[in-house]
Amino acid sequence: MAAKTIISRPIYGTLSPQPGKHHLFIADAEGALAIADMAAKAPSGFFEGAEIVFIPGPDGKYVAALEALKPAQFHTAPSFASLLPRLKQTLTNAHMGLRLYLAGTEGLIGQAMQVALEAGIDHTSMQTEHRGSLARRMQCVHCKGITENVTTQPATCSHCGLLLLVRDHYSRRLAAFQGVCINAEDRSEIPPMEEAFP
Amino acid sequence: MSTGTTKLDVVVSDVVPVNELVTRFHFRRRDGELLPTFSGGAHVVVEMRDGERTRLNPYSLMGSPLDTREYTISVRRDDVGRGGSLFMHNSVKPGLEMVISYPVNLFSLDLRAKKHLMLAGGIGITPFMAQTAQLAGEGGNFELHYTCRTASLGTYADVLRERYGRRVRLYHDDLEERIELDRLLSSQPLGTHLYVCGPAGMINWVRDRAAALGWPPETVHYEHFAAPQPGLPFDVTLAVSGKTIQVGEQQSLLEAIEAAGVDPPYLCRGGVCGQCETNVISCDGKFIHNDHWLSEEEHRSGRKIMPCVSRFEGNSLVLER
Repeated sequence: MAAKTIISRPIYGTLSPQPGKHHLFIADAEGALAIADMAAKAPSGFFEGAEIVFIPGPDGKYVAALEALKPAQFHTAPSFASLLPRLKQTLTNAHMGLRLYLAGTEGLIGQAMQVALEAGIDHTSMQTEHRGSLARRMQCVHCKGITENVTTQPATCSHCGLLLLVRDHYSRRLAAFQGVCINAEDRSEIPPMEEAFP
Repeated sequence: MSTGTTKLDVVVSDVVPVNELVTRFHFRRRDGELLPTFSGGAHVVVEMRDGERTRLNPYSLMGSPLDTREYTISVRRDDVGRGGSLFMHNSVKPGLEMVISYPVNLFSLDLRAKKHLMLAGGIGITPFMAQTAQLAGEGGNFELHYTCRTASLGTYADVLRERYGRRVRLYHDDLEERIELDRLLSSQPLGTHLYVCGPAGMINWVRDRAAALGWPPETVHYEHFAAPQPGLPFDVTLAVSGKTIQVGEQQSLLEAIEAAGVDPPYLCRGGVCGQCETNVISCDGKFIHNDHWLSEEEHRSGRKIMPCVSRFEGNSLVLER
């Protein structure tokens, strides 16, 4: 669970069933467990109005656990990019009464939230639960390039190569943490790199 | 005194009867300058100097926010109320110099919305007059559903239909026309925000159905100015200022505190903004809470009161004022 450090640093909750007519779940990897835990508390018939979109990750675990919930619709996708067109289409055609549940890594939650914000859902109206890796999606403030799955502090920008301090400063609009050059005064100064976001 | 609000010296520039219950009042600045900018949904508090007595009543601004040469309010006559609306109807004539507060908005549009769905009941139409004008000027997407008792009491229904055509739907109680609320709420595109202003029963109904149908609380906006209810007179001790005062039958607790020369902060005078929240030091009796600000738990605790609309019955009440 991420600790609150500065105001923009997202905090996540625990999924809970909301009143609504349609329930859209987007999850990756261990996020499936958050859905399964919530299902234990959901009223009977809840998943008859639910759609689950799941990115299983390399080991392919948890697919059966989610199928067992018997959602009205269940899809898997190899990556967030591959489910994006479908997600956008779903949100474009949706009506008020659709509730959104995001579970899994911060990168997945952040990117799904970014799309949902554009569709007009307030970030406080979404249910979120962080599970699994603490890896961060980072934007280099210098070249603006995005680096996915950053686990170290500091981290190297995959676009311009600068060594960046991964800040807790977060942008919902970009769905990314801010990375700022850690040795701008003296490039020869290389601080030790630690596995900070396993 | 009113928190963060400076007063505006105005003159009544026009008084226009709208129908048998509603009259519209126009205000301009006495110095001829433009009035402050406001946004749709804002209200002003009008000071009514009626002999010895001063009433301070909030009214929604109903003119276009794009035109600040004048402010307009519409006042529905309430023959059994505490007299503010009767004072406006009977004593306020063109040329009268009055004092009003700066505008304050506790019912503003959320401009991130993809669409604005507005539900008005009766005189609750007034904030929507300003909001629709604001949105229309910006090409905003809105739909207004307006319930009134009869066509002749449908204040500004004709104006709205003429301005906005099919974006305005009218429902007349006397013709048994009713909003199909569940269908309406369930057919709105994602990103719609809901606004409701009207009688308390209507607001509660709409909020309850919206919540049940999955509208997040952030998307549901409502405004209900609870006019202070008259009640039995009661005595209050103001501990900080060391005064004991009586609250009259037709007076609100806030008005009685002000009449004693103590100036608590206020903004809405209708139990919604929270500014005049006052701590109770001790009490022997029961509270009559009429506000929409304190939680149910706070109401039960007997530790807080909103003096603008709530009253007390019992032996003694000591407030931290």
